[in-house]
Amino acid sequence: MYGYLGIDVGSVSTNIVLTGEDGTVKHSIYLRTRGRPIEVVQQGLKQMQAALPGKIKVAGVGTTGSGRHLAGVIIGADIIKNEITTHAVAASNVVPGVQTILEIGGQDSKIIILRNGVVADFAMNTVCAAGTGSFLDQQASRLNIQIEDFGSLALQAAVPVRIAGRCAVFAESDMIHKQQMGYNVPDILAGLCEALVRNYLNNVGKGKEILPPVVFQGGVAANVGMKAAFEKALGFSVHVPLYYNVMGALGAAMLAREATNRKSTGFRGFDVADREFKAGGFACDGCPNICEVVEILESGQVIACWGDRCGRWSNALAHHEKIS
Amino acid sequence: MKVVYPHMGHMWICVKAMLEYLDVEVVVPPPSSKKTLLLGVKHAPEFACMPLKLNLGNFMEAAEMGADTIVMAGGCGPCRFGYYAHVEHAILRDLGYRYQLVVLEPPQKHIGELLGKIKHITGHQSWRRVINGIRFGYHKAEAVDQLEKMSHYCRPRETRAGATDRALQSALREIIAVDRPEKLPAALNNAMGMMNAVSLDKQRPVLRIGLVGEIYTLLEPFSNLDIERKLGGMGVEVDRSIYLSEWINEHLFMGLKKNKGGSKLAKQKAIKYLGHSVGGHGLETVGSTVLYAERGYDGVIQLLPFTCMPEIVAQSILPRVSTELGIPVMTLIVDEQSGEAGLVTRLEAFVDLLARRKQTGKVLA
Repeated sequence: MYGYLGIDVGSVSTNIVLTGEDGTVKHSIYLRTRGRPIEVVQQGLKQMQAALPGKIKVAGVGTTGSGRHLAGVIIGADIIKNEITTHAVAASNVVPGVQTILEIGGQDSKIIILRNGVVADFAMNTVCAAGTGSFLDQQASRLNIQIEDFGSLALQAAVPVRIAGRCAVFAESDMIHKQQMGYNVPDILAGLCEALVRNYLNNVGKGKEILPPVVFQGGVAANVGMKAAFEKALGFSVHVPLYYNVMGALGAAMLAREATNRKSTGFRGFDVADREFKAGGFACDGCPNICEVVEILESGQVIACWGDRCGRWSNALAHHEKIS
Repeated sequence: MKVVYPHMGHMWICVKAMLEYLDVEVVVPPPSSKKTLLLGVKHAPEFACMPLKLNLGNFMEAAEMGADTIVMAGGCGPCRFGYYAHVEHAILRDLGYRYQLVVLEPPQKHIGELLGKIKHITGHQSWRRVINGIRFGYHKAEAVDQLEKMSHYCRPRETRAGATDRALQSALREIIAVDRPEKLPAALNNAMGMMNAVSLDKQRPVLRIGLVGEIYTLLEPFSNLDIERKLGGMGVEVDRSIYLSEWINEHLFMGLKKNKGGSKLAKQKAIKYLGHSVGGHGLETVGSTVLYAERGYDGVIQLLPFTCMPEIVAQSILPRVSTELGIPVMTLIVDEQSGEAGLVTRLEAFVDLLARRKQTGKVLA
């Protein structure tokens, strides 16, 4: 039996998904990245190998997320795609006919518009981090609330407080102000959810036509308060898929299946988890740009490098055959 | 007198050729880099656009190399570029640089104003020689543009990664080395031979994307984070809506050379969406997008520096053009805060979108 691996290395979490040939999820792993993407990918692979039924053979690997290139090099990915494509692919497979995807992750929030199953438009947050998962996380810990309880608490609100949500810094000071005025915590949390939704729709969604069915995914989709706030603002129900927090990895696995169709995989095997990888780097002094070049080393051997503007280092190592 | 002029893509090659032909000593500042931008950002007003900051950095770096006279284009109209020369000069003066400023702009009262300034730079050269010099510079611009166009074709089709870049570098060196007009045709031939030697896979399917927007960000690879090379690497054949020689022909020679392309057609196409000039290249941006849609391009990317007024006007019109003509358009705004990862993610997503759209062959709703 064949399986396909999808790996999403994000700023906050790293997700690994194994799908069967039919695209169903066999096993998924959710780990905190903790700023150590290489270690976490290796750790995740070990866990995946241990959890797999013995007969499954990996026939394709895809990576996505902000650490996609790094993970791709380490594991020998067949396809390296960014989050927008993978999320769109996953959502349209899980919810057929989806027309809008709202995606809020740790660092980025994005909106993807699909028409006839094809991405027609997309946008990402441009200026500020207000309205992403990290901000909610931070506010929850400031109020001494478990992030898991955030949503259910927000649903208990009687009158949501209006909070200025344009910018994370101002939202926080406005929240503190409302606390000192004596509002209770659920009302403030609900207000925060509404502020983020308003901010998202105005600054990310910006005039895009949001048509149902709408899929809400990314780590923040776990928050029922956010889901409720979206439904209130949009006026129709919002669908949160079962694997809302690993949709990127799921999409990567699906794309890997497409990419390896009738081709052999570049997967380097689960034993990359035991190999030694190191990231090194230096400042190139070839020109006044002083690019910081990063090298990925495997047992002392440079296997990839990037960061240079001119391509002096990265081209030297580039594949002779272009894949494109 | 040591003359310096700001960088804008490969413009330095033709201006240097022209001035040196006229025995003017030229200082070419180092290519725009992070250091250039850092210098500019430190001393320019925050809300000024990226071109001003880079210009300023160029001048400061050139001063270290002994330059003492700035030659800068001026202009009039709604875009604030018209006063950049003076603002930059004033900032440099405040910083203690002793630069002389020569602004080449359309004369207000009498053509003598412009001619006087040219004479000031070129000294006691005959007018005949001055015209020959200008022609020499122009021919170099044409040659450079031709090589760049070839590189746009080659890059997505090259079989060895980086081969086009290397060929283009050596081909450009060939053009740069020419010091007499009569040697130029042979050098161009040579250079084109180098580009033709790049091994290509002509059967490979490629996407075609048109680049529109503000001229400086289009021409200067440092300011647009090398978008042409990045797209080329993703398997996209790019076309730029403005090439240097076309712009020179239109703005400086008043369209003297016919059949050169340029913005006339684009301006006509824009009328349906934008009825009058908004300064800069706002009209051309809208018009070129229409043209790319008509020519069957897969998509259009608009480039502009943050706070560029004419392009903001165009940006607000492009969604209408996009829906009416069914061509996806993406806007990228650059300034010193631009992160490369963000740009690459957007480009990849856009290219993926176009590729999938082409594959399924479905028309957008």
